[in-house]
Amino acid sequence: MTAAILKPKHQRLVLVCVALVALIGAALLAVYALRGQASYFYIPSEMATRPPEQGKGVRLGGMVEKGSLKTMPDGVTIHFTVTDGKAEVPVRFTGITPDLFVEGSGVVADGRMEGTTFVADTLLAKHDEKYVPREMKDMVSTRSRQAVAKTR
Amino acid sequence: MIAELGLAVLWMAAALAVLQLVTGGLALRPEGRALAGLVRPVAVMQGVLVLAAFAALVTLFVTTDLSVKLVVDNSHSAKPLIFKIAGTWGNHEGSMLMWVTIMAVAGAFVAVIERRLDEPTLMATLAGQAFISLGFYAFLLFASNPFARLAQPADEGQGLNPLLQDVGLAFHPPTLYVGYVGLSIAFSFAIGALVTRNVGPAFARAMRPWVLGAWIFLTLGITAGSYWAYYTLGWGGWWFWDPVENASLMPWLAATALLHSVSVLSSRDALRAWTVMLGVIAFSMSMVGTFLVRSGILTSVHAFAVDPRRGAFILALLAIDIGGALALFTLRAGTVTEGKRFAFVSREGALVFNNVMLSGILGIVLIGTLYPLVTEAYGVKVSVGAPYFNPASAMFAFPMFAVMAVGPLLRWRQDRLTGDRTRRVSWPVLVCAVIAVAVFAGVEIVASGIGLLPALGLALASGLFPAALLPLVGRNLRRTPLPVWGMVIAHAGIAVSLFGMSSESAFSVERLAAMAVGETREVGPWRVQLAGIMPVAGPNWTALEASVSTRYAGGMPALLSPRAETFSNPPGTRNESALETRWNGQLYVVLGEAAADGRWQMRFWWKPFAPLIWLGGVLVGLGGLLALAGRVLADLKRWVARDKIAWRRMRQGR
Repeated sequence: MTAAILKPKHQRLVLVCVALVALIGAALLAVYALRGQASYFYIPSEMATRPPEQGKGVRLGGMVEKGSLKTMPDGVTIHFTVTDGKAEVPVRFTGITPDLFVEGSGVVADGRMEGTTFVADTLLAKHDEKYVPREMKDMVSTRSRQAVAKTR
Repeated sequence: MIAELGLAVLWMAAALAVLQLVTGGLALRPEGRALAGLVRPVAVMQGVLVLAAFAALVTLFVTTDLSVKLVVDNSHSAKPLIFKIAGTWGNHEGSMLMWVTIMAVAGAFVAVIERRLDEPTLMATLAGQAFISLGFYAFLLFASNPFARLAQPADEGQGLNPLLQDVGLAFHPPTLYVGYVGLSIAFSFAIGALVTRNVGPAFARAMRPWVLGAWIFLTLGITAGSYWAYYTLGWGGWWFWDPVENASLMPWLAATALLHSVSVLSSRDALRAWTVMLGVIAFSMSMVGTFLVRSGILTSVHAFAVDPRRGAFILALLAIDIGGALALFTLRAGTVTEGKRFAFVSREGALVFNNVMLSGILGIVLIGTLYPLVTEAYGVKVSVGAPYFNPASAMFAFPMFAVMAVGPLLRWRQDRLTGDRTRRVSWPVLVCAVIAVAVFAGVEIVASGIGLLPALGLALASGLFPAALLPLVGRNLRRTPLPVWGMVIAHAGIAVSLFGMSSESAFSVERLAAMAVGETREVGPWRVQLAGIMPVAGPNWTALEASVSTRYAGGMPALLSPRAETFSNPPGTRNESALETRWNGQLYVVLGEAAADGRWQMRFWWKPFAPLIWLGGVLVGLGGLLALAGRVLADLKRWVARDKIAWRRMRQGR
């Protein structure tokens, strides 16, 4: 008998077990993979106090410092400084900057530390006037309050 | 006036939903039988009223009524008409009204045309539908009123986010919403069946077309959304594992599993409790998606506005609906009797494997999406992206694809792969497996640098495509039922899409350049030249348009015009990419900014076979459509035959 048909109770039990094993397997796999693959979010002051490993994928969020944006001679590489008001991190990015990426805007950069420079693979700028990366909400509101205070 | 009318009509619809819930619930008891006749008309009327409210909001947007807050915040008089209409649902309140509209209209639809389901279960289903709707009515009326007026009419609206001013907005959200909300019907059916303890093949056959319909819309909505993101964001990617994308993927995964388990239940009367459970989970995933998007709890490019009160409201809705359904399931699951048995090697066995693997992927995506929330509770901020999702979901997806090649060939209940079945099942599948192995070896030899996942994907897709067509072998193609065609096309579509995804990630060539006018670059097999830059103007934007002459190795030259558009209301920019599609791939060109020395930033991608990704998605949707058409036509024939018999009997005076 290669394909024996099981008794009713056994069949339900087997199905439940298979489903449970698969789901628990998925959960374990997920937790294991997340430990290795999730990229941690840093703001510049954290970057200064507890720098991440060299070459490990992380995210850096902050404001693009005014006057720091420079384009290299190849025309597509830019250097700028990301700041949170307490510390600064120099960033290098090669590519077309996203819409709404200007000095003074909020930015989240995906990339890694190479030496003392953060090399970004992608830049996410504030997507529209209502969207602010949630990690930066507090930072942005303090900033805008400062800006409002200045213009008055 | 129209705004007040819309609000009043919305309140009336909510009142009717209460009536629908109460009468539907009472009709289940013997003493309330008389009320049963009321439920269907009330459901229809509720649908009509909400549709009127939605029409009122669209009218406000079309006429740009600047005394309505929502219009002022999201529209502008100088916007093209199509974006005025589409802008109705390009914001939080409007999209929630659309959600409720689709929900009520779907309920009305069920009330009008559902004849297969027995009366008590239908009453319970409509009551369940009213119950879920009520939560969303409350959310609309108390926490996000779309018809709110401003004390002082504004001079001009603030306009719509440039990224949303695209035909994609006119189609992608409505399609997706029909899919999400269509699953609410499956949810209500499941609840109805649990209440009346009537889970069986008849219930499954009644539920199947609704699940199929919702699933088709979800499939097409996700496909369209992916293509929209691909060409409008200018990032060259087509799937970002953004929380909101995941929020649409999770209901799709659950609905796909449900679709397959419903077919087991209707054909073989097995997997009863599991099917009901999936019905509950599928819509729960839609609601979790809404919660994630609308509450602003996860960072997403899709989030409209962050409002803690709304988040709390939706969380409460979620807890009541899902918690209630799961509690009902726990209470009643014991009374759902055991279904028919089947052997390990059988159609059912393969479908169970499919269901388990889909649930696995669902778990992977759900955990990955929620993980940032969990770590944040411990003060650590993380983001989870492709390095996690791709391999983790492939661990479940690839075995599923392998079984998908065999499953449709197997017999129900019990089958074997030896003896007389060798010629029909084992040999053809073996040939497909050999094709897959050969492709894998070929890919590793020719392009050894590519990753393991894309190589495996290419190999599996090449084996899966012929295997998907096998169920047609030896059949009279003219007499093959439509649902079989549907299954074959949908499975082939999965293979096509998988091939496109793998090829895109394995062989894409990217070039980034600062080019002066007249300069030439090589991008894979293409030669591209920046011929000129010219200012152009649209209805509500101005733009710089590059003309790029491109030439595929040995082919005819083609002119592409990517644009960098600037919008003034609201201020914003958008890089409109230009695409040149060939049979073997797509050239993708984006114009960036001008460098200080007068050169222009240009980005080029050559993506071999990338269009197959969306072609596959459309094929999957088409397969679903054929299956649905087949089922509905069969139903219609049966009704017509029954009516004819009844009419003859009447005429003969019997």
